[in-house]
Amino acid sequence: MSASVELQDVCADFGGFRAVDHVSVDIQAGEFFSFLGPSGCGKTTILRMVSGFISPTKGVVRIGGRDMRDQRPNQRPTALIFQNLALFPLMPVWENIAFGLEVRGIDRKARRKRAEELLALVDLPNAADKSVGQLSGGQRQRVAIARALAVEPSVMLLDEPLSALDLKLRQHMRTELRTIQKRTQVTFIYITHDQGEALAMSDRVAVMSHGRLQQAAPPRAIYENPANGFVASFVGENNIFSGRLAERNGTHGTFVSDDGAFHGRLGPGDLSDPKLYVRPEHVRLTKAATDHNSLPVQVTDIAFEGNFISIHTQDKAGRIIVSEARNDGSSAVPARGEQMFAIFDRDRAMILSDEARADQAA
Amino acid sequence: MSDLLRRYGLPLTTLICILVVFWLLVLVILPNLYLFENSFRPYLPVVEMGGPKDVYTLKNYMTFVRSPIHITVFVSTILYSCVVTVICFLIAYPLAYYLAKKVSVRSLPTLFLILTIPLWVSEIMRSFAWFIILSLRGPLNFLLINLDIIERPIRWMTGFRSVIIGLVYTYVLFMLFPVYNAIQSLDTNQIEAAEDLGAPWWRIHWRVVLPHAKPGIASGSVMVFMLSAGSILVPTLLASTNSRWFTEIIQQWMFESLDWNTGSAYAFLLLILCTVFVTVVMKIFRVKLSDIAK
Repeated sequence: MSASVELQDVCADFGGFRAVDHVSVDIQAGEFFSFLGPSGCGKTTILRMVSGFISPTKGVVRIGGRDMRDQRPNQRPTALIFQNLALFPLMPVWENIAFGLEVRGIDRKARRKRAEELLALVDLPNAADKSVGQLSGGQRQRVAIARALAVEPSVMLLDEPLSALDLKLRQHMRTELRTIQKRTQVTFIYITHDQGEALAMSDRVAVMSHGRLQQAAPPRAIYENPANGFVASFVGENNIFSGRLAERNGTHGTFVSDDGAFHGRLGPGDLSDPKLYVRPEHVRLTKAATDHNSLPVQVTDIAFEGNFISIHTQDKAGRIIVSEARNDGSSAVPARGEQMFAIFDRDRAMILSDEARADQAA
Repeated sequence: MSDLLRRYGLPLTTLICILVVFWLLVLVILPNLYLFENSFRPYLPVVEMGGPKDVYTLKNYMTFVRSPIHITVFVSTILYSCVVTVICFLIAYPLAYYLAKKVSVRSLPTLFLILTIPLWVSEIMRSFAWFIILSLRGPLNFLLINLDIIERPIRWMTGFRSVIIGLVYTYVLFMLFPVYNAIQSLDTNQIEAAEDLGAPWWRIHWRVVLPHAKPGIASGSVMVFMLSAGSILVPTLLASTNSRWFTEIIQQWMFESLDWNTGSAYAFLLLILCTVFVTVVMKIFRVKLSDIAK
């Protein structure tokens, strides 16, 4: 039923512009796999190569172990959900869903029955005879999912399908999609620029930048052990210090910047031209200094975000350091202008090199 | 109205209104009314006009009804106009699809230029050109014989063949542009979605592209049909002795018999019957007038 997807050293060129640059990734059968990256990072191109609308300039795409080189989109065991959904507005809902079955020569009665079953699955009963125009954004979303599921694909490809929905609905559809994926056991490849979506839904996330795969790992590993500076700063927030790596000491090292020397955990790679990354929620503000990783700062601004409070401070070198305190009454919020020490744990500070670029390729 | 005034001021608004009224009244309504009124009056010598014989009558219309030859000509005009419309569609649809969905945006202006260049030459000249091309010892037969496709020259200008060729050539662009516009407005993702769901190319066209393009096809068809049925130049130049077009009969009434009254009646019959025909066909294909207006 579900199939693995393997990209092996895949490149895609558009007239001199390399949209996808030597990407290799193995997606397991039944996995919920996301490609995360800013627009123009090549993630949609990857999706279109898997669905067959673009042929890779170099490299191989395999679905279920089979080379897809000569397979047209209408021959591949994939179903694509478009960003704008691309429902057929001139057909009623049930014909939309049954279109793939119509193509396969299944008779009208059976098609209708299957469409109604799928409508029940996506929690949209009694919509069979409505026109697409009568549905709300979230309902159209469900119809698109049902239409893709109708052809019983081994791999479901989703191109930012939630981006047009409002926040509440988007969050609801996240859970919904995840449930449907678990229920159907189909491999989901999900494209998004929204890190919240990618982290919340996926089994694994691949972070992309400039056509290159930066890191592919489970959400938690992406967040806690980013492979490089791009991943660290694209996923979540970070305070970034530039400077140089002065000393290596096993898994940790000493990083010297204008603001002083800090201890941090060493990231992977050769760490040439490294930076130090500390997440705001790992920065604590205290009255007293500690023996290391402590920086005298002045509070400049306090932003109330609801579930947390974001405190902006400035050190002597003029650097802004952001700290987050949970809004649970456990920590006292300092006043603006107050002199404090920003401290962070050495295990929570990451020393990472910059993003992987084409010129660094072997 | 107040909106117009606010936006363009009094002088410009007045000018616009005068031009619209002039267009509608002087160029459209009055000439037609004049013909319409004339079509109900008998054809009389000048001295008897306004006399006791000058009364409203249906005599002119009855001339048509009582003339089997004229009815035959009318029916074949409608029939062959339909043939022209279908051929225009068969040529224009693939071309329109190609232009709308396959051609890169950069080469589009060049292609449209090439398509419209023939329109820079007047209809008479183009019909004459086809008269020469299709003649027995003309370039087309010369080419086909020398390519060993045919053995002896074909007599093209017999029956309705040459009229159909001429009308298709003259009016095919009136089909192309509305169909192009319609297909162009189709979201390419829908074509890809259909393909992704496994549809072969013909089903994509049958279920997605054609239904979307239907209003464009309808408006193109109405134009080509009406222009063909009402064409006088092409049939006059390219018709043979055994192919007569209804407009030629109207012309004969008006300019050879100088009977403008019967001519008017025939002209109105053509207009009304074509309109009825188009309406019926639109009903059959379930196209609404409002769809076409889009």
